Amino acid sequence: MSLKPLDVHFKVHLDLKKIELYEMGWNLKDGLRECLVAAAPYGGPISLLKGHNRRSPSARPQLEIYSSSGLPLASFPWKSGVVKQLGWTVSDDLLCVQEDGTVLVYDLLGGFKRHFSMGNEVSQSQVLETKIFHSPYGTGVAILTGALRFTLATNIDDIKLRRLPEVPGLQGAPSCWAVLTQDRQSKVLLANGSHLFILDNTACTPVTPPGLSPQASSIVHMCDSFSYKYLALLTDSGHVWMGTSNLKEKLSEVDTKIKTPPKQMAWCRRPKSQQPSAVVMWDGLLIVVGECKETIQYHLDDDSILVPELDGVRIISGTHHELLQEVPGACEEIFKIASMAPGALLLEAHKEYEKESQKADEYLREIKEQSLLSEAVRQCVEAAGHEHEPETQKTLLRAASFGKCFLSNFPPEQFVSMCRDLRVLNAVRDYTVGIPLTHTQFKQMTVQVLIDRLVYRKLYPLAIEICRYLKTPEYQGVSRVLKHWACYKVQQKEESDEVIAKAVSVKLADAAGISYSEIATKAYESGRTELAIKLLEFEPRSGEQVPLLLKIKKSPLALSKAIESGDTDLVYTVVMYLKNELNRGDFFMMLRNQPVALSLYKQFCKHQEQDTLKDLFNQDDDHEELGNLYVKASYKEQRLEARIALLQSAVDEYYKAKNEFSAKTTEDEMRLLRFQRELEEKKGELLVGFSLHDTMTTLLSVGLHKQAEQLYKDFRVPDKRFWWLKLKSLAEKEDWEELEKFGKSKKSPIGYLPFVEVCIKHHNKYEAKKYVSKVTPEQKVKAHLAVGDMEGAAEAAIERRNESEISTVLSRCSATTDHLLMERLNRAKATAVKK
Amino acid sequence: MAHTEWRDAPELPDFSLLKRLARDQLIFLLEQLPGKKDLFIDSDLMSPLDRIANVTILKQHEVDKLYKVELKPIVSSSDQLCFLIRPRIQTVKWISDLVNADKVAGRFRRYKIIFTPQKFYACETVLEEQGVYGDVTTDEWNFYILPLDDDILSLELPEFFRDNFLEGDQRWVTTAGSALHLLQSVYGSFSKVYGIGRCAKMVYESWRELMEEGEQRTRQPEFAKVFLVDRDVDFVTPLCSQVVYEGLVDDLFRIKCGSVEFGPDVTSSDKSIKVMLNSQDKVFSEIRNEHFSNVFGFLSQKAKNLQTAYDKRRGMDIQQMKAFVSDELKGLKQEHRLLSLHIGASESMMKKKTKQDFQELLKTEHSLLEGFEIRECITYIEEHINRQVSMIDSLRLLCLLSITENGLLSKDYRSLKAQYLQSYGIKHLLTFANLRQLGLLEEQQAGETLTVMESKVGKLVNDKTVGKLTDAFSSLAKKSNFRALSKRLALVPKSGEEYDLRVPRDMAYVFSGAYIPLSCKLIEQVLERDGWTGLEEVTRMLNGQEFAVTGGSSSSEARNKTDAQRIVLVMFLGGCTFSEISALRFLGKERGCRFIVVTTAITNSARLLEALLDNHA
Repeated sequence: MSLKPLDVHFKVHLDLKKIELYEMGWNLKDGLRECLVAAAPYGGPISLLKGHNRRSPSARPQLEIYSSSGLPLASFPWKSGVVKQLGWTVSDDLLCVQEDGTVLVYDLLGGFKRHFSMGNEVSQSQVLETKIFHSPYGTGVAILTGALRFTLATNIDDIKLRRLPEVPGLQGAPSCWAVLTQDRQSKVLLANGSHLFILDNTACTPVTPPGLSPQASSIVHMCDSFSYKYLALLTDSGHVWMGTSNLKEKLSEVDTKIKTPPKQMAWCRRPKSQQPSAVVMWDGLLIVVGECKETIQYHLDDDSILVPELDGVRIISGTHHELLQEVPGACEEIFKIASMAPGALLLEAHKEYEKESQKADEYLREIKEQSLLSEAVRQCVEAAGHEHEPETQKTLLRAASFGKCFLSNFPPEQFVSMCRDLRVLNAVRDYTVGIPLTHTQFKQMTVQVLIDRLVYRKLYPLAIEICRYLKTPEYQGVSRVLKHWACYKVQQKEESDEVIAKAVSVKLADAAGISYSEIATKAYESGRTELAIKLLEFEPRSGEQVPLLLKIKKSPLALSKAIESGDTDLVYTVVMYLKNELNRGDFFMMLRNQPVALSLYKQFCKHQEQDTLKDLFNQDDDHEELGNLYVKASYKEQRLEARIALLQSAVDEYYKAKNEFSAKTTEDEMRLLRFQRELEEKKGELLVGFSLHDTMTTLLSVGLHKQAEQLYKDFRVPDKRFWWLKLKSLAEKEDWEELEKFGKSKKSPIGYLPFVEVCIKHHNKYEAKKYVSKVTPEQKVKAHLAVGDMEGAAEAAIERRNESEISTVLSRCSATTDHLLMERLNRAKATAVKK
Repeated sequence: MAHTEWRDAPELPDFSLLKRLARDQLIFLLEQLPGKKDLFIDSDLMSPLDRIANVTILKQHEVDKLYKVELKPIVSSSDQLCFLIRPRIQTVKWISDLVNADKVAGRFRRYKIIFTPQKFYACETVLEEQGVYGDVTTDEWNFYILPLDDDILSLELPEFFRDNFLEGDQRWVTTAGSALHLLQSVYGSFSKVYGIGRCAKMVYESWRELMEEGEQRTRQPEFAKVFLVDRDVDFVTPLCSQVVYEGLVDDLFRIKCGSVEFGPDVTSSDKSIKVMLNSQDKVFSEIRNEHFSNVFGFLSQKAKNLQTAYDKRRGMDIQQMKAFVSDELKGLKQEHRLLSLHIGASESMMKKKTKQDFQELLKTEHSLLEGFEIRECITYIEEHINRQVSMIDSLRLLCLLSITENGLLSKDYRSLKAQYLQSYGIKHLLTFANLRQLGLLEEQQAGETLTVMESKVGKLVNDKTVGKLTDAFSSLAKKSNFRALSKRLALVPKSGEEYDLRVPRDMAYVFSGAYIPLSCKLIEQVLERDGWTGLEEVTRMLNGQEFAVTGGSSSSEARNKTDAQRIVLVMFLGGCTFSEISALRFLGKERGCRFIVVTTAITNSARLLEALLDNHA
């Protein structure tokens, strides 16, 4: 403990308290002297680079990483270039900015992750000064180069370098500078002597802070608050100016009466607090400045650094780790000497109650009379959150719980969640874990992030315990931790694939929402393909398996997995990938064993690559399909020669396929085409492309009977068809004479009823009647009816004694005109039925 | 005979919610491309889109001009082009060409492709290969289901049938799975799932995976059971001529997306009228499920009633007249209009369908279904082909013949095929190849020895006897699956019995009492037995692939008596016909439950066969 009177609460003009967080576990010979030090906010890790200025290769500097409690996390000799600055990202990665502008990124266990450059200009003119800053967009790096120019990257995960404009009149390095985040933009504020400038993307604007003491000739130090809302400037005359960072408003100005330049300056302010307060550190001295003229001074035994936090400032020295913060309102109310605040009274009441004294009742009454009991409970709960000592926390919570008993409708959520939060906080504040979070920080950071941090530190069991304790949904909590664990596990080279796969599957078995493919990807990335495949077996969703399988060149497996999934789109993905990856032969061979994939690919080829389709069929010796393909191609073809050539190819294929029928038909078609063309040329009738039937119809309709006959013979057209055709065409031309001749030419294969019908259709009853007599007995009735000869129909029906035919005729008779006929028919019907 | 209200029928869930969901998402997507834009829509998406968001809504979201995708160069002056398309390679290729043409011309535009119902990798590959991947933004409009009516939900994916069953491309399986998942997430889970067919099984698997991935919600199920059925389980039903009013309207006038265009011969004026056909249409909803021979009588009765209603006016005083005009007249007028349209439609139907030809066609179909006088049927089909009556009808009869007879004898197959090619051209070689692949039109293989024997016998006796012998042989040699199925499930009622179509006694009424649709019979049997037990022989003949899964928790069993438990969802993969829907409605009425039909598209014989022609692509 460096200074004694600081552990108590006192009030001068500002309520401050200093809490000892840890006695550092590290053993540093020279303390923090001669070290490059960086500590991450939110109780993050600390990195040290000893002897960073040494350039001789014999004595390499050592990079060490510790937890906030000083427990070693990593240590290794620094082999790269000269480091100008260390810093931490928002996700606890270590950034090392080298003289040449290269930034190296390590994880907090010292594992190298990647590196990036801050641009050519920086590497040429070397880095003069660097600042690492955090903004809503992530972690940024700002560099002042030897050429006195600033280069900025706002987010190192998505690097867009910005070179800021030149500062007019800048001869040497500015006396001090800082990065501000304003208007969704990162800007640089710099001081050249007593002049202040703001540099943004486009311009360099001179600014003057309102009310800055005139006696200063130079601004020697500046810092902005954690939220970038406030700014503090220190002048060479020893004045600290505090105001808003947009330089519109002055909050206060205090004289420190020390004119030497300080080592570090930081804001020490909790959110929503009304009072500005900044901490300035010199060698061995720490001064807190606030609203009043007076300052608070602390003596420091040792070299220290300040780590600004959301709600205070941490002071890390070679031996100790302390937190300096403004006393929270609730704590002040309760612990202030002789406080009459409801919380204080409740605490007192509880103390008396423990002592079994009746005073407890008095105190309680006092609170209740003012009806402030719920306020009192709330105060105690809140204060408990701000206390670091578990004993104090317990006392306050017990008091709150005691007070709660006397309230009927007090909502329990706040109390319950505070108890939970504190349990978690106490667990992570533990010396072995070393994350000294305050409750305010914890709420800002969220549980999710805390879990992440624990996972980065590979504190898997603790992370899982916390998830379970806080009942975080499995998907975001336990499962996620387990996934990280598994990803780490698969990188352990010393264990065999089987052992790891088994261990992973056993641990992850009943966790929901685990993505095995991610774990497998990790395994593959660390060079363990076999393990990756084993792990993928556990992945229930094929959609997740396939992409990785493709990546690790297990294409046949990927294809069968895709097909198994039943997701055609996935199959397609694989097929297309394979098409580009394999040579054609292998590709086709692979498809051959997977009919689903093959038919998909064929579909694709049909639209995109007809030729490939041909090759596919060729390889399979599928001559039938090839034939079909040629036929299809033929009727898309306009030129007759090409068409016939394609058909010839089809014929060849059909023969190979032993499909004589198709071959013969196709040959016929070729013959027909030639015939059509010949006629077209001779007679000028459009014929090419017609079916045989249509060709004949056309020929007959234009009177080319001879040619039609020729087709009839050549193509072995069935007699029936020919008769139908001729009958129809003659009737259409109303060539009744020719029709009669035709009818008599030989016995009609289609009978004579069609003759009757066709004549009727063309309204020629006279001609129709000519054929009625020729109709077969079975069709007689129909024929008579068709020509409207009721008597004849009746005669025929009665003769045939066919009941249904008689009924048909009857239904056509009208009661008025065919009275007699109907009687006859009915009689006949009766006898027919009897039979 | 008219059943306006089903006795004790459970309430159906409100499916208009699905439309609202789809509309909201579409609007969101359109707003992703701010500013005026021209919208290009796939032609087969036009009607479905119209049911979701009409032109006014589109214009409200800064759609300037609307075009139909025609795969031709475009004329558009807009700087922003938005394409609303099905994920087809061809269309994407066309868009790539457009973009590239613009690039050559030095023209800068913004392009956005909205794929519906989902994006396919193949389409993105095309964009990549054409070098426009970076120029185009893509999105998905998850418009899976269009409610066509209270009890008909359609995926509006006619290509499902060809892609899945002919080309072996299973890309739509996940779409069907997602559609079920959507229904489930909006309307609650199901207690039991049955299915038959390879595709049905895959759809179920895909759906199950979605269920497992997504959050588990325990809600009171709105549907009791789900039945998934592949179209290729039953090809006979869609190949038959439809004789129920709605089916007949579809066969004759083609119902498109729930609406039909009646031509001048129906409207008895010089212009065509588009009519929505659904349960909102009071006249239609009463006749849609009736055999068409009853429809005319019903309509004339209705007309008389209407006249009486109009006649009420006489003898009214002013006050009554006022009430009449304000309350009833509008309804009557509306009814009048619809009535005259349906009368027109059924007149034109009667004209076409009572002709000799149609009667003979039906007779042949019925003979085929019964397996009776097959020789005569073949002769009829031959004549049908030779006379070039109708390309599709001939093909339909051929297929029906082949399925019911379990393939054609080689001799018949070749001669019929040759004649068909003579009539309609050689390009149908490909059609026949397709039909064979699907098993719709096949040549008997095993019966070859018999054919030889038959031809030997044939030389000895005259033609007629050969026919009879052939019949005898084929029934001896082959155990036809359809025949056996038909016997086992009693699909074809005994002939000779009178069937009163006015008072249907079973589902056979949808085919004039000649045949109970196989698909519907299967559903009936499975629901009755609560599973496939006892149907082993049937499923074996249908190539198996049946499944039954109990889905919901045990608690849903306890609520067995709620309304929802009597609603059955039937999903047809590859399309279903209006006749089947009518049959299911009838079944529901008999059993006191209700069926909701989810189909990939409404189909009929013509659509089914046209999908298998190879003159497109």
